[in-house]
Amino acid sequence: MAQVVLERLRRKFGDAILETTTDRGNECAVVAREKLAEVAEFLRDDRELAFDMPIDCTAVDWYQRRPVRFDVVWHVYSTTKHHRLRLKVRVSDEDPTVPSLTPIWRGMNWHEREAWDLYGIRFTGHPNLKRILLYEEFVGHPLRKDYPIDKRQPLIPLRKVRDVPTQRNPPPTRLNQP
Amino acid sequence: MSEESILTNDVIVTRRDAAEGWLREAIEKRGQGLVNWGRKYSLFAYPFVTACCGMEFMSVWSPRYDIGRFGAEFPRFSPRQADLLWIVGTISHKQAPILRRVWDQMLEPKWAIAFGVCASTGGFYDNYSTVQGADQVIPIDLYIPGCPPRPEQVLDGLVLLQQKIQNEKGRVMA
Repeated sequence: MAQVVLERLRRKFGDAILETTTDRGNECAVVAREKLAEVAEFLRDDRELAFDMPIDCTAVDWYQRRPVRFDVVWHVYSTTKHHRLRLKVRVSDEDPTVPSLTPIWRGMNWHEREAWDLYGIRFTGHPNLKRILLYEEFVGHPLRKDYPIDKRQPLIPLRKVRDVPTQRNPPPTRLNQP
Repeated sequence: MSEESILTNDVIVTRRDAAEGWLREAIEKRGQGLVNWGRKYSLFAYPFVTACCGMEFMSVWSPRYDIGRFGAEFPRFSPRQADLLWIVGTISHKQAPILRRVWDQMLEPKWAIAFGVCASTGGFYDNYSTVQGADQVIPIDLYIPGCPPRPEQVLDGLVLLQQKIQNEKGRVMA
């Protein structure tokens, strides 16, 4: 429903828009990292596009399924024109930095902090890039695919608890051990 | 005092102890049942609510299911004034020190209820951030399963806890 957005982007930025897709009503533009801030400002300031509402910022870890490891994804919406857009930037493992879109849309602040906390994507220009969901003592970025699935980092020593199996309820085999 | 009782540890041996401890002895011999009766019907709840189970927690306090008829309805938001810690909802590793601190601040006698599966065993959150059961942080007296448990289930659990309190021994003064 927002084809006009993709067309205007392609017309204005040409090569910087690496790919555009539209799938079941969702428009998506993959942008080159260097031009991201310009593209975002254009999206916000242009009269016809008028993307004024930030919706989300998150990341995808392709981990060995694709040469470029991470995708950073932003969703924006226009409250006046009622169209949405998904912006993607591909970043590799060696240099997982991306310009922050918080100076453009203030609402991206906490979403970008969450992407930093859980994926380790650095947002340059972010006013306060620190952990938001996890505690400061946590080491690592747990939603990366190479974070071990059963690794726990307790803050305080935990008590030992014994599961008492009964005949009617034998303990199930668990995928992750506590 | 008999010979053997003087040799064991829990006997009053000095005259001062005898003078000061006569009331304690009397209560401990006769009053356990009465004290337990008083405690079980006047539980002051500390609602340690973190997640969705809090909604069912609220409905247990509502007039339809009415926890007030069991005497357990008074919430006290200071751990110093409460004796029953309701752990309602998921406990994450970030929250665990806070839970521990609240529990440590409560005065004896105190009991803890794990409300819902997240507090009992971690629920379906078997991951990097969730403590697999609040009993890994503090000792728990009653586990109420459910996601969330029906209010009737909660009240059933509360009645069980009251029976447990009634049957306690050796816990008069604290």
